[in-house]
Amino acid sequence: MYTTELQKQPSRPVAESKAEKEPQELVDAFEARVAADEFIEPKDWMPAAYRRTLVRQISQHAHSEIVGMLPEGNWICRAPSLRRKAVLLAKVQDEGGHGLYLYAAAETLGTSREEMIEALHAGKAKYSTIFNYPTLTWADIGAIGWLVDGAAIMNQVPLQRTSYGPYARAMVRVCKEESFHQRQGFEIMMAMANGTPEQKEMAQDALNRWWWPSLMMFGPPDDESPNTAQSMRWRIKRDTNDELRQHFVDVTVPQAEALGLSVPDPKLKFNDKTGHYEFGEIDWSEFWNVVKGEGPVAKERMSARVKAWDEGAWVRDAAAAHAAKQHAAKQAAE
Amino acid sequence: MSNEWPLWEVFIRTKGGLSHRHAGSVRAPDAELALRHARDTYTRRLEGVSLWVVPSAQIVASDPSQGGPLFEPAESKIYRHPTFYHVPDSVKHL
Ligand SMILES: [Fe+2]
Ligand SMILES: [Fe+2]
Repeated sequence: MYTTELQKQPSRPVAESKAEKEPQELVDAFEARVAADEFIEPKDWMPAAYRRTLVRQISQHAHSEIVGMLPEGNWICRAPSLRRKAVLLAKVQDEGGHGLYLYAAAETLGTSREEMIEALHAGKAKYSTIFNYPTLTWADIGAIGWLVDGAAIMNQVPLQRTSYGPYARAMVRVCKEESFHQRQGFEIMMAMANGTPEQKEMAQDALNRWWWPSLMMFGPPDDESPNTAQSMRWRIKRDTNDELRQHFVDVTVPQAEALGLSVPDPKLKFNDKTGHYEFGEIDWSEFWNVVKGEGPVAKERMSARVKAWDEGAWVRDAAAAHAAKQHAAKQAAE
Repeated sequence: MSNEWPLWEVFIRTKGGLSHRHAGSVRAPDAELALRHARDTYTRRLEGVSLWVVPSAQIVASDPSQGGPLFEPAESKIYRHPTFYHVPDSVKHL
């Protein structure tokens, strides 16, 4: 998801870097460092296309964390117990933190936070398609933690070794925090699956609705991901979309079985020879529609985000005015 | 509205006796809020006992392309390490 190019055309790194006439010895030295699994740091020389790809990927990742707070924030006031409320609040706060680590990492590449946030609010920036689905019942909060954070972890663990130092370090911090997100979700699903028949039905319904969108989180199939090879070579991405998706299915299906719930895929079956699950066709037209902003609640998400930003404007302005006043008073005293 | 808050670098002392270590950055209008944001952003799980925030613009960094001239001269000065010196095994406490 976060390493997913949400655009169908290949970007033009090779042709472009030629047009930008980057000194060959710098390019070669850079490629060699990356191939040797060295980390690239902000002030190091890097190809313009590497920088652009990273800015796009890291800012898209940051936006996903920020928008990701919305579907769950929706349920904080309706959590069924004080314990669940405290847990959900802590999780949502973590996601906000993840967004902030990532904006800071993207800023080391020369983009500004303001620019990124404006692009998001103007609808010009992409974020993970998963957050454009609605959270209809409390079981959805369980399903999100279990499946969506589960998929996010699978995507983020390898990014701890991504070639760009600030991104890798942000991922180390994020991964440390993520595992509770998934466990609290699974715990909610367990409680529901072992509850009343109605509660179990809600849990099954949540799994039915979140299963396929979760598989889509890993992005289009490898043969339709034109930029994967370049990103893998630059160690921006460490595994392909299909590899990660398969791994996710392999570990998640037994978890669903442990819950006593069934995965909504009639074609799902374990292949003894390969040791992997085979699964049905993903509806990619739905994915591309959601990418284009036609997700069930895409407009609602963005307007909630913009509203929060606008309503916080007076706080930001007051803080800036206070800082300016203190600064002036300090200078007058000197 | 481009009065974007300045950037601050955050350093955390994870426990008494250790140095502060760089954790990341925050944006904040002044030092006091930078500390509060650093606390909320980087220490939600008892990650530290002390925080430093430094305006990012105040940090002077060496140029990575000058890494060679800066650091390589130390490479040949292996006599700065104790293992350079040969002393008989029978002699203790050296
Ligand atoms: Fe997150
Ligand atoms: Fe999470």
